[in-house]
This record gives sequence, structure tokens and C-alpha cells, in this order.
Amino acid sequence: MTDRPQAMRDALLRRICEAMADDPKLFFVCADFGSPVLDTIRERFPERFINVGIAEQNLINISAGLALEGYTVFAYAIAPFITMRCYEQIRVSLALLSQVRPLNVNLIGVGAGYSYVVSGPTHQCYEDLTLMRAMPNMAVYSPADHITAAALFERCLMLGGPKYLRLDAQVLPALYAEAPPDMESGFQCHRTGDRLCLVATGYMVHTALKVAERLATAGEQVGVIDLFDLSGFDQQRLAETLAAYAGVVSLEEGFRGRGGLDAMLFDFCAGRRLPPRLLNIGVEGGYRFELGSRSELHEQVSIGENAVTERVTRFLAELSEGETNRMGSR
Amino acid sequence: MNASTIDLTAKARWVWLETLRIHRRAPETRLASSLSPIEIFVSLYYGGILRFDPAQPLAETRDRCIISKGHGSICMYPILADLGFFAREELEHVCETGSFLGGIPDPVIPGYETVNGSLGHGLGVATGIALGLKRKGSDRDIFVVAGDGELHEGANWEAAMFASQHRLDNLNLIVDNNRISMLGHTDDIVSHGRLADRLGAFGWSCAEVDGHDVDAVHAALRAMQGKRNGAPKALIANTLKGRGVPGLEDAPLCHIMNPKVETLDQLLGEAP
Repeated sequence: MTDRPQAMRDALLRRICEAMADDPKLFFVCADFGSPVLDTIRERFPERFINVGIAEQNLINISAGLALEGYTVFAYAIAPFITMRCYEQIRVSLALLSQVRPLNVNLIGVGAGYSYVVSGPTHQCYEDLTLMRAMPNMAVYSPADHITAAALFERCLMLGGPKYLRLDAQVLPALYAEAPPDMESGFQCHRTGDRLCLVATGYMVHTALKVAERLATAGEQVGVIDLFDLSGFDQQRLAETLAAYAGVVSLEEGFRGRGGLDAMLFDFCAGRRLPPRLLNIGVEGGYRFELGSRSELHEQVSIGENAVTERVTRFLAELSEGETNRMGSR
Repeated sequence: MNASTIDLTAKARWVWLETLRIHRRAPETRLASSLSPIEIFVSLYYGGILRFDPAQPLAETRDRCIISKGHGSICMYPILADLGFFAREELEHVCETGSFLGGIPDPVIPGYETVNGSLGHGLGVATGIALGLKRKGSDRDIFVVAGDGELHEGANWEAAMFASQHRLDNLNLIVDNNRISMLGHTDDIVSHGRLADRLGAFGWSCAEVDGHDVDAVHAALRAMQGKRNGAPKALIANTLKGRGVPGLEDAPLCHIMNPKVETLDQLLGEAP
């Protein structure tokens, strides 16, 4: 493993490629979508690499059939297509069937959020967290760097059932150059705050860290959590961590208020009667056709560094007012 | 079981009667689409085509059989019970609370491989199984029974292209070609033309048969089974939906029609 930043997919595919040499039960299926590392897999393991063509429904069905025959399957395509184009195949032959039959299928979707910056809304992906977490039996992972993406490989082997790995298409800075995150707990605390904690996933962890840095300069320490396992995180530990805060902010590169990370955290906190007030930050204003850099696009839809800093600052002020009111009413 | 000693025609008649009995007790079941594939299933399960062990329904040594036309396979309930996949007594409780035999079969039923209530999934999953069997070096076959109506789902044709590309000659598709989906004749909705021609154009090796001539169906399946010619194989079994039930047989809306109880009793020889 290297800490030099690289694409998440390359880091993960390298692990898969190494393991395929020793484990004849690993099978790789793609829907006409590549990468340089994938070329190596295709050349070295022609019997266990198949390109089904531009046919995601068949990608899922072939994967389900292979998994029923005992293979551990990695299925690879662009994120919106491997989730939405074939949603019913995933529901019926992976989520539903895995409840009564052992099967191990790992869906690797590349292109989280706006990571295909100039390709526009067909190739960008703002709904996948909502849709994939809607299904029982489906594990959902959303790593923030290539080291986490590579470390997910062990989870793929170790845990049966269907899984969705949401990978960014761009090379992001390494967050875990020192050591991989704690895969067992499913989240990692990067900063501890006084009153408020930012809970982010994927690319937005990097935004959260920048926002926290800015706020620290202004004298406000906020916590930052990278939640990369949206289905199997250590609930007890997260509850204990969040209970220390007056406010929690969810940050996701997906539509706000439509069942993604925000809904997950709302349900989590409400179900445990956790005290923090919640602020949800996600993509606002629907689909967009405008071109720009990723950070420019993020500002337009209210998830950019400036937009988030502003909203979090306002939220901090509201927390202070709330505190004053409560004290005043005593 | 010695296949040659079993009278397939008599078995088909028995399954037909049992299917009517089940429907009489559980009118929620789809009768018409469960009557057209009887000879197909009888040939597969009693004719020595499929290798299976009711005591170990998922044994590695079995031939796989996916029943893609979920609703239209209630006739499999008496077959599976008769063969010992589960107790015959269960047939008395179809669609009742606590029973595992529902209006649409699920893979919680011993003998059912996959989830098929939603149509058009069976062939694709079977294609993946066919590939898996090949790569494992297994000589087992995989059969899929699909209705012609569900072939409107595009995923079938993705699988059909893939299967011939990868020379999956262990894959056998049997189409229960009753030519009626829920709202009428498929020729009046979106016609498949001649299915053998269409699948042939996709690189499949195809045969066509009278789907109610059980000996002909059996002979056709015998010819397909184990044949390794580099091409996936399809048998188009031309059938009648609702076969043998007056008012139901080949009626455009028979998928959603229930015969009168008196009609069923008459057919079952239990007329008052």
C-alpha cells in the first residue's frame, strides 16, 4: 500500500488483482468500463474476467449466478449505472436472494457525486446512497481516500452478502497515510470539537476538514468524523461520540433531504434519543447542467467550502441562542 | 427413480388435476399460466432429464432449474411434493397463513433456486450460473423455464447475446410459448414473431415442439441435455394457456380469470 494519493479504484483493483492470483474463487465482471489496473486483471486472469458490454442488468444477473455457484464476485461500472440502471436486478437477485442463499457480490461504482465534473448529470451520482441503503441485506461503503478503498477489500472477502462500494473518480488526498482507518468501527474521528461535530462521507470529508480548519482559525473547534461504512458502523461507539455534542452536521455529496446520510443520521440520533440538534447539508436545487470546477459546482449547490462554512457558522450561532434561551427560561 | 417406468402422460394428467385442486382451495393462485407448462415440468422432473436429490435440493451434483415464470408454476407444487421435496400435506395449505407455498413461489420452497416473482430475471441469473458451472469444470446443466410474455423484458436479450458469445452450451431455455400475457395475445401487444428465428439470430440452437405432447417434449429435452455444441439451446414449447379448462383455454384474459367452482368440481369429478 502506498500513501501517495491515487485513484480509489486503482488502489482497490490492485488488491483484487493480487488476490486473484492465489484465490481461484474470485471473479471480476465489468460493464465495459476500465482502468489501467483492470487491463492487468484481464490479461492475467482471462478465465475469471468478463466484460459483459454496456449491459448493467446483465452485469448484475451474471454476478448473481456466479455467486450462487460459489464465486466471490466483483462487479465494476460507473456509479449511477451500476446502481440505478439495474436497480431491480440488484433488489431481486442480490438483496432479496441473499436473505435465503449465501452469495458474495461486491458492486464497485466509480463516480461518486460530482466526480465526473464535466460529464453532467447523467454521469454524476447524487441518489445512490439513498437507493442502496433502502435495501435490507445491502452493505454500503463510501470511502474518502484510496487507503480506505483498498482496505475495503478485506471486508469484501470477509463479509458475505451484497455490498456497494461508492468510489470517487478523482484522485483525492490521502487521509490515512499513517495507518488505515478503524474498519471495525466503520468511522474515524479526525478532529474533536467543543459544541459541534461534522459527520461527512466520501469527498465531503475533505471539505469538512477544510471547514474545521477555517473555524479553528476563528476560535471555534468542531469535530470531524469520516463515516465510511454507512450500514455496519459501530452504533454504540458513534452514539457515545455524538452524545458529547450540542450539534451535529451531516455532509454528503448527494441530494439533501432525500434519504441519504442525513436521513440515516436523523434516524440514528432520534432512535437513541441523542441530544444533538441536526443540520443536514447536501446538494440543493435539483439537477444542474452548468459547467465548472468541482469546487465551483459545489458552491452552486450549497456544499462548497464557503457555503458550508457559512451555514455551519450560522448553525453555531443558533446553538448559542438556543442555549441562551434555555438559560433565560430557567 | 427409473424414468422409463414412469407413464409421463398419466403423471401430466395427475399434475393437471392437482393444480386444479390447489386452485380450488386457493383461488389467489394463477391457474391458466400454471396449466400451460405442465408437460414441460413433468418431462424435466419425471423424465430423467434433471438430476436432483430431494433430500439435498441444493447439492452441488444437481442440475440447476430456474423457474422464471414464477406465478405460472403452481403446478410445480404437486410435483415437488410428490418427489419428496416437502410433505404432500403442505398442498392443503397453499396461500394460508404460515404456509411456505404462496401465490407466487419463493426460494424458501425446497426445489426453487432463485427469486422469480418479478419476471424476466431467470434467464440472466441462469446465464451467470452456466458460466460459473463452466469455469468450475462442472458438467451439470442449467435449465430455465420462461414464459413468452416475460421475454418482453430486455434483460433477457442481454443474457441471450452474452450466452452465445461465451458458448454456454450447458444453458437450456424452455419457453412456455402460450402466446398470452396478462392483457391479451402477445402478437397483439408486442409480437415475438417466430421465437425460434429470433433466438436463432442471437446464436442459439433452437427446436420447436407441441408443448402438450409430453413424449415429444421429453424427446426434445433429451436431445438438448448434455449436448455440447458450443451454443446455448432453446426449446420453444407451443402451449395453450388455461389448457383443458372450458372458458379459460386460450382466452385473451385468462391470466386473470378464475373458473367457476362448479366448473372446477365438474372437471375434478366432484360434481354435486
